[in-house]
Amino acid sequence: MAKVWIYAEMAGGKLAPIAGELLAKARTLGGDVEAVALGKGAEAAAATLGKHGAKKVYVCDDEVFDQFIAQPATDTMEALVKANSPDLILFGFTYDSREVAGRLAARLGVGQVSSALDVEADGGGWIAKVPYFGGGKVARMKVNNSPGIVLLRPKSFEASETGGTALLEKVTATVGPDSKRARLVERIAEKSEKVKLEDAKIVVSGGRGMGGPENFPLLEALADVLGGAVGASRAVVDAGWVPYSMQVGQTGKAVRPAVYIAAGISGAMQHTVGMKGSRVIIAINKDAEAPILKMADLGIVGDALKIVPKLTEALKAKRGS
Amino acid sequence: MKIVVTVKQIPDPNGAPKLTSDNRLARDGEVVLDPGDEYGVEAALRIKEAAGDSEVILVSMGPAKAGDAIRKGLSMGADRAIHISDDGLAGADALTTAQVLAAAIRGESPDLVISGTESTDGSTGMVPPMLAELLGFPQLTFAKQVEVTGNKVKIQRQTDVGYDVVEADTPALITVTAGVGEPRYASLKGIMAARSKEVKKLGLAELGVTRGKPAEEVLDVVDAEQRQAGEVFEDDGTAVDRIVALLVKVKAV
Repeated sequence: MAKVWIYAEMAGGKLAPIAGELLAKARTLGGDVEAVALGKGAEAAAATLGKHGAKKVYVCDDEVFDQFIAQPATDTMEALVKANSPDLILFGFTYDSREVAGRLAARLGVGQVSSALDVEADGGGWIAKVPYFGGGKVARMKVNNSPGIVLLRPKSFEASETGGTALLEKVTATVGPDSKRARLVERIAEKSEKVKLEDAKIVVSGGRGMGGPENFPLLEALADVLGGAVGASRAVVDAGWVPYSMQVGQTGKAVRPAVYIAAGISGAMQHTVGMKGSRVIIAINKDAEAPILKMADLGIVGDALKIVPKLTEALKAKRGS
Repeated sequence: MKIVVTVKQIPDPNGAPKLTSDNRLARDGEVVLDPGDEYGVEAALRIKEAAGDSEVILVSMGPAKAGDAIRKGLSMGADRAIHISDDGLAGADALTTAQVLAAAIRGESPDLVISGTESTDGSTGMVPPMLAELLGFPQLTFAKQVEVTGNKVKIQRQTDVGYDVVEADTPALITVTAGVGEPRYASLKGIMAARSKEVKKLGLAELGVTRGKPAEEVLDVVDAEQRQAGEVFEDDGTAVDRIVALLVKVKAV
């Protein structure tokens, strides 16, 4: 039976949400599902990984993985791969995981398939689906090398518990003499978001049609009354209106909320690939030809600057009544 | 300080992308310097200006036409370039690309290698970490700010909640985001000067790289699933009521 591994990313002593998403996919591939968790809190995370379907979890609580970027994790993964010969390793296409995946793929000389939306078993091998042209097309790619390394985009799968207990295997950190080089000095949280963008049930995003950064508080007011979070298009992040942490899209965050409200966003592929999984999309744009209107459940050709504040007032009045 | 910047020429992102018969991105139409790489060039030039006595070298892999993208980087102010072009590299995957770039960069023994976080066309984001691995460099990635003091590099690394401060001694590889600063326009003087700057051409044989089995093979390319278009209407003053009605219907309020 094929051995399918997931790289269970640890973030600040906790399991990153991507781990559950990867396990949800791994379970469907018909192999033995195992996970590797490296860093502070890894041992405690094993139970959760078991509940999500990992049969075995390799853990190492060593903080060297938290203190130095990518290299210690690459060294340890290399040792684990050589000792246990997995057939497929799934990574999240996240900041931290892609660094380890890239180095490991180069070290093992096997390459990888990156930024994939999905992966399927195919006659003893693997086929990954990768967005082309910013998401307008999808390429099916056969994974040629072993172990196959595939990076899956966040929010491609929904994490779910199946129950179960993972066999715990404690491993020691294998860290080369030259691998403690990119030191993490400190972590800065820029602001305490009321609701995290990627976890929000309702997302209100703004683009160039909002006119300028001075109008983003209009979106915040709407998000507040809906209990949601504010996102943005790449155009306004590049223009410096709002921080990168608010960017939704291919090079930003992927979101799949219950409701996505796009205000003054044209709907470039780069943006829509990050939000088209939303259950309901409401778009407001002055340009009747804007692509976002063609994919919205409710598309309004109009001025977001006028409609958004009125909508906020109407919802406030409704709540008050 | 010797700074290498990796640059890529990509099909114009504002044009309509095309596929070749073997399902690769067609690279014969209008091509431009990847906008993400302009930030890399800008970051390198700023480091050079602050540190003084530095050299900025562009390294690019791509068809002969990639010369135009290289000229653009030289016009911005880079000092010279290495252009790796070989028919045997058509359709190269990320690992091959990283191996080729690493072979060319090793010959320069740079203090810093600067890349974009990912190309605008391929978007795999894998070449920089692979390149760092093959060069044996630490990687300082997703930098929105870069500070070089002597042989120490300190960056602000973009994260989901803010940023991390990460530092390393040179040599190191950095990937930069748009945060490092607006890329400068090439001045007329810069464009004129670029014409006489050295562009060294290299092929696979000179680099001693042989292509391995590609990591992936494209089976087919299909249209992505499209969302069904919903209702679109011109705002006639009922927009707010209709949005509220929909939010109520889906139990969002």
